[in-house]
Amino acid sequence: MAILVLAEHDNASLKLDTAKVVACGQAIGGDIDVLIAGHECAAVVDAAKQLTGVRRVLVAQSAQYAHGFADNVAQLIVDIAGDYEHILAAATSQGKDTLPRVSALLDVAQLSEVVEVVSADTFVRPIYAGNALATVQSHDAKKVLTVRASAFDAVANDGAADVVALDKVFDSVTQFVSQSLSKSERPELSAASVVVSGGRGLGSGENFAILEKLADKLGGALGASRAAVDAGFVSNDLQVGQTGKIVAPDLYIAVGISGAIQHLAGMKDSKVIVAINKDPEAPIFQIADYGLEADLFEAVPELTDLL
Amino acid sequence: MKVLVPVKRVVDANVKVRVNADNTDVDTANLKMAINPFCEIAVEEAVRLKEAGVASEIVVVTVGPKAAQEQLRTAMALGADRGIHIQTEEALVPLSIAKLLNAVQEKEQAQLIILGKQTIDGDNNQTGQMLSALANMPQATFASEVKVEGDSLAVTREVDGGLQSVTVSLPAVVTVDLRLNEPRYAKLPNIMKAKRKPLETLSIDDLGVSLKQHQTVLKVTPPAERKAGIMVASVAELADKLKNEAKVI
Repeated sequence: MAILVLAEHDNASLKLDTAKVVACGQAIGGDIDVLIAGHECAAVVDAAKQLTGVRRVLVAQSAQYAHGFADNVAQLIVDIAGDYEHILAAATSQGKDTLPRVSALLDVAQLSEVVEVVSADTFVRPIYAGNALATVQSHDAKKVLTVRASAFDAVANDGAADVVALDKVFDSVTQFVSQSLSKSERPELSAASVVVSGGRGLGSGENFAILEKLADKLGGALGASRAAVDAGFVSNDLQVGQTGKIVAPDLYIAVGISGAIQHLAGMKDSKVIVAINKDPEAPIFQIADYGLEADLFEAVPELTDLL
Repeated sequence: MKVLVPVKRVVDANVKVRVNADNTDVDTANLKMAINPFCEIAVEEAVRLKEAGVASEIVVVTVGPKAAQEQLRTAMALGADRGIHIQTEEALVPLSIAKLLNAVQEKEQAQLIILGKQTIDGDNNQTGQMLSALANMPQATFASEVKVEGDSLAVTREVDGGLQSVTVSLPAVVTVDLRLNEPRYAKLPNIMKAKRKPLETLSIDDLGVSLKQHQTVLKVTPPAERKAGIMVASVAELADKLKNEAKVI
């Protein structure tokens, strides 16, 4: 029984999500191979072969894989799927884009956002924005899963996997035009141990500067509620919630966020939650470990000074 | 250009669901139901394409119980021209839904299939991608901007790191994200008009699709409750708690 893990990377570095998906693979049990589909991604290969518990790193390098498009990466996975009983990817935009195609081409159902492995064919996944957890048994011969990385602890880096090149290239039908990726010195949202998030209460994009100071003091990442993103205060990649990023840091500080169901779905598994809001009735206080009813424009700079 | 818009009936986004007493499902009895918010955005985009003279006909399709016709009527009140209801009382996995939609597409031959990126009940985020693979059409997921340019489609996608712009050739499948548009409210005269728009009801057998049982839901449980927290009186107390009690700083 073998497990294939699709690596999450940007050709320059391997994302921590992959080490967490490998941990999910270990919970299933079996030989674990990591597939890297990319272009000029030697550093990614080096990082992947060090992941603890990985047997082989399969590397498909071509300009056709440079942007990680779903259509040809799915074909690549289906091409080698015969060797695997489980096919896993992180529930990232690329994993979500790609694995349903793999499932459809293999004629198997997919399990999305798996948070717990019960056995090799039974998994737990959240439904209804995390308001319920479904334990689902798969009857398909192959199990295709996207994994909620925040639910698993990353494996270590003391492995020495073999590297195997895959020479067959599948062409993508998607034409790349451009991308505008947010550049930040701060840690990535999904990998940060501290997240400072702002909501509609911030009032403007400029006002996020006070959260940036707090985040930088704590070495944390910046996040936002859907309301703040919809209002154009910050870019979409900062959105935490049911349809944005799911995070579970050691400390989550929610500032000026009321706590809509779909926002809570993205952060309620954080270890410690702090809420700062001037509305004492805000639902966010019901799940916060520490709530502070205060004007955020006074409280946040004061907190930044005290920490 | 014909546009096909698959939609789903779900529990209204503002309703908090609870797990039922025997832990077999969530309790949806007597809850307010609505068209899935992402599906509504897809309908809105199709209507805007028609208003811009790009789309000629909008067909909405749903797979679900008899009551799901309400959501087809809602979509028609927003501007869709006709509806197709594939009636089943069974809860189907996204792969089965995608197979049924693919059978509809084989008949309809739409140039563009536009649908929500996920439903807020199952949170699967699978159907569009599966349909794209089965229909062998290009896909562009998580769209925040869609422009038809002749025989191709320019799509801006919301990806983890920011935004990505791609083009795909038509016919294509697009799944929509939140920022694509803000759906309009249906006006009363349009709600009345929608009642007279054509609505075809089909069974799974009518489409000649054979479906498999892929999964069994063994149980549905509520998530672990968070321990009740405390309100602190001042920023100084908060800083002290974080350092000395929670020890996260």
